[in-house]
Formats: sequence, structure tokens, C-alpha cells
Amino acid sequence: MTALFLRDLRLAFAGGGGATTGVIFFLAVIATIPFGVGPDLNLLSRIGPAILWIGALLSTLLTLDRLFQADRDDGTLDLLIAGPLPMPLVVLAKCLALWAASCLPLVLASPVLGLFLALQPAALLAVMATLFVGTPAIVCIGAVGAAVAVALPRGGLLVSVLVLPLAIPVLIFGVSATYAAVNEPDPFWPPFMILCALTLFFGALGPMAAGAALKGGGD
Amino acid sequence: MARLTLDALVVGRGSTAVAGPFDIAVAAGEALVVTGPNGAGKSTLLRTLAGLLPPISGTIRLEGPAASDGEAAERLADVAHYLGHRHGMKSQITVGENLAFWARYLGGAAAAQSERSRQDARRGPHVGVPTVSAPLSPAEALAAVGLPGLDAIPFGYLSAGQQRRASLARLLVAHRPVWILDEPTSALDIASQARFADLVAGHLAAGGIAIAATHHPLGLEAARTLHITPGAGRDDGRGSNAPGAPALDDAALAEAEGWL
Repeated sequence: MTALFLRDLRLAFAGGGGATTGVIFFLAVIATIPFGVGPDLNLLSRIGPAILWIGALLSTLLTLDRLFQADRDDGTLDLLIAGPLPMPLVVLAKCLALWAASCLPLVLASPVLGLFLALQPAALLAVMATLFVGTPAIVCIGAVGAAVAVALPRGGLLVSVLVLPLAIPVLIFGVSATYAAVNEPDPFWPPFMILCALTLFFGALGPMAAGAALKGGGD
Repeated sequence: MARLTLDALVVGRGSTAVAGPFDIAVAAGEALVVTGPNGAGKSTLLRTLAGLLPPISGTIRLEGPAASDGEAAERLADVAHYLGHRHGMKSQITVGENLAFWARYLGGAAAAQSERSRQDARRGPHVGVPTVSAPLSPAEALAAVGLPGLDAIPFGYLSAGQQRRASLARLLVAHRPVWILDEPTSALDIASQARFADLVAGHLAAGGIAIAATHHPLGLEAARTLHITPGAGRDDGRGSNAPGAPALDDAALAEAEGWL
């Protein structure tokens, strides 16, 4: 499992890896929002957390469709299915590698980009924390979509359509926890804990479902 | 000793039977060459054996070999190498890194042990476990397939034949008693085909089993042949109990061929 994780991580940063695509997309979205909305700092700081979360969600989806596609194209997937590691662990290792390669940079970049949106320091930290615990859930949900669509030639669109509705709860609780960190009466911990619970739930369910889909979809 | 028995095995795609039933037993040290016209179901049979497709009916029984964790193997896939049409190698990273990954991944818990047994192998022949041939390091495996010194080259830079040979080297970096080979010699030149036949012969001499689908003669003298005619499994080898052709009407046959 470690071997698979390390190889995927290395492939993500090797030439042609898609790891940087998501980060660049995230950067582009967040950097253009202030120009589109205008220099209203109050408005920007109010919608800022939501913008950061939506940007993170969409850029994660952007990198997801290649999760199993590349392995299927060169036959690696056959060997992984026939190999010694159970499929849920294979999916988990690939999800962890994808998260470390494409979501972790996004989490690290979010406070810097939050400055563009005039976020308060507390909100910057809150966005970073919620993205840190929330993005693994998006990756694990997306793995199911990517596994279902792996045999389809233009699967990327289908992945987004399949995954977005399931990712909405993650978005809702992520953004509400961030708002609660700056708006005094709202409690921060309940939505944050629900976000953690969502991540744990999808972290357990997603790899199993994706593993079953990959195994059942063999041809 | 390892022994692989196919018991009335019918293979197919989805719920449609493509070929079979097969009744054949392959013992350690034997090779089974699967021949037949395009679309007869050679690849389907091999993918079923590798555990990538569920069998329509019948069973695959395996006696003898232990999986990489030392326990008796439950699935054939645990003790088999599957070499398909596609290489299973990443073109961005080097050949050596690809092979090192597969050695670690396929070797699993036995990786450290294989390191030791390789040193034993250098010291002298195996006395205790003659059926286990020690896995080679990526560089040694590349040398064995005739690509010495290429382990630092990205896989994508290799020619088609070199890529095929590099993926054959995967069979050598982790020891598995059963090799399931789908068109192993495609894109190989004459010399490489002969070298590959030597590799398979060495594998068989060490007590392994090889099952290969091919159009070219592999140069294996003791190989048994399983010829698949579309819709019927027939065994020309010794000790066979050839079953009759299954009752398949023309419509089902046409549907089955449509899958391939």
C-alpha cells in the first residue's frame, strides 16, 4: 500500500501529472473573483469563505476523473485488481496520494488566497481547517464516481454530475463552520464536527464502493 | 507440487458464455499453450484465470503453492502473474522505478525475505525449497530480457518491442509460480522470442506453470495445446477428457462474438 501511495505521489509530480492543474484552477478562480465583484471589502469578506470552498470543490473535481483512467489505459488497473492488496485499500492508497498531491497544496494556498478576499485572520484559519478535514471527503466521494465512469471515454463530465450532489453536504457544513468562526453567536464546533464525521463516513464507504465498482466493471 | 485444475469451466463476458467448458489439469513444470482464431475466447479465458472476470460456471482449483504471505493460496490470482495486452507500466517514470514498484507491490510481505533468498541464490543453489526461484532485482531482470542498462530510461522512451520486454521483466522481479501470458511475444523480434522461450523454460524447470495464449509457436517443446474453436473447448493434450461441444445456438454465438 505504501508502495502504491509513493508511486502515485511521484507520478502526480512527474511530467504530465495532473496535480498542479487543480491548484492553478483554484488560483485562477479566486484571483479573478475580486475583479468581478468589485472593491467592496465587506461583501468580499462575507462571501469569501464560500468562494474559497466552491473553488476548492470544483478544482478537486477537475483532478478526479484521471484517478483510475490512466491506470486503466495502460493496464495497471488489471494488475491492481488481480494483485495481493484488497481493492478498498488500493482505492484508499490512490485517494490519499491524490489528496496529498492536489488537495494539500490547495489547503496550504487557501490562507494566502483568502487575503485577496479580505478575510479576517480567524476566518483564514477556519477556512484552512475546514478545507483540511473536508477535502478528503470530496476525494473519497469522487473516487466512487471516477470508478463508475472509468470505462467511459468521456467520463469526466459524468464524474462531476455523479459527485456534485453527494459533495453538497460537505460544502454546506464546511462553509457554515467557517462563518461560525467569525460571526460571534454561531457555534463553530458542531458544524466542524459534522464535517469531520462526513469525512470519516465517506472515507470508509467511498473506497469500498469504488473498489466494488472497479472490480465489477472489469472487461 | 502445484497443480491447476479447470473443472467444466465456462468463460464469458457479462452473462454470455464465450468459450468452454474446459476440463484440463496442468501440473507443475508444464506449459499450456492456448491457441485459436481471433475472437475464440483466448483472452477471456486468461482474464478469467487471472481473476479479472468471474467464470460463468465451473471452477478453477489450485493445489499446492503458497501465496506471498506464506499461507495456502485461495485464488489463482494470488500466485499468478498476469501479462496482458497492455503493459501496466507508467511512461513518465523510469523502467527501473516501474519494476521496483511492482516488485514491492506484488512481493508484499515477502519482499524482505526475497532479498535474503536472492543473496542465498548467489551463494549457491537452493536446497530446501527447489520450487522457489529467487526474484531478481530490476536491473538483473532487465538484463535477463536483453535490456541491460536501461533501468534509468523513462518507460515511454522505449520502442514497442523494448516496452514488451520490459514488461516481461516484471515476471522476474516478483516470484509467482503461475504465469498467465496473453500474446507474450507480440512485437518481439526473433532473438527476443528465443530468449523469452528460454525464460519460460527456466520457469517451468523451477516447478512453475505457464499458460500462454499465442499465435506464434513459443518454442516450448513440452507444451500442451488447448485449441479453442469458437463456442467449444477442445483439449489436444495428453491425459485429456475432451468434452463435447456445448449446446450453443447460432444466435448466442453471434452475441458472444459481438462482445469480443
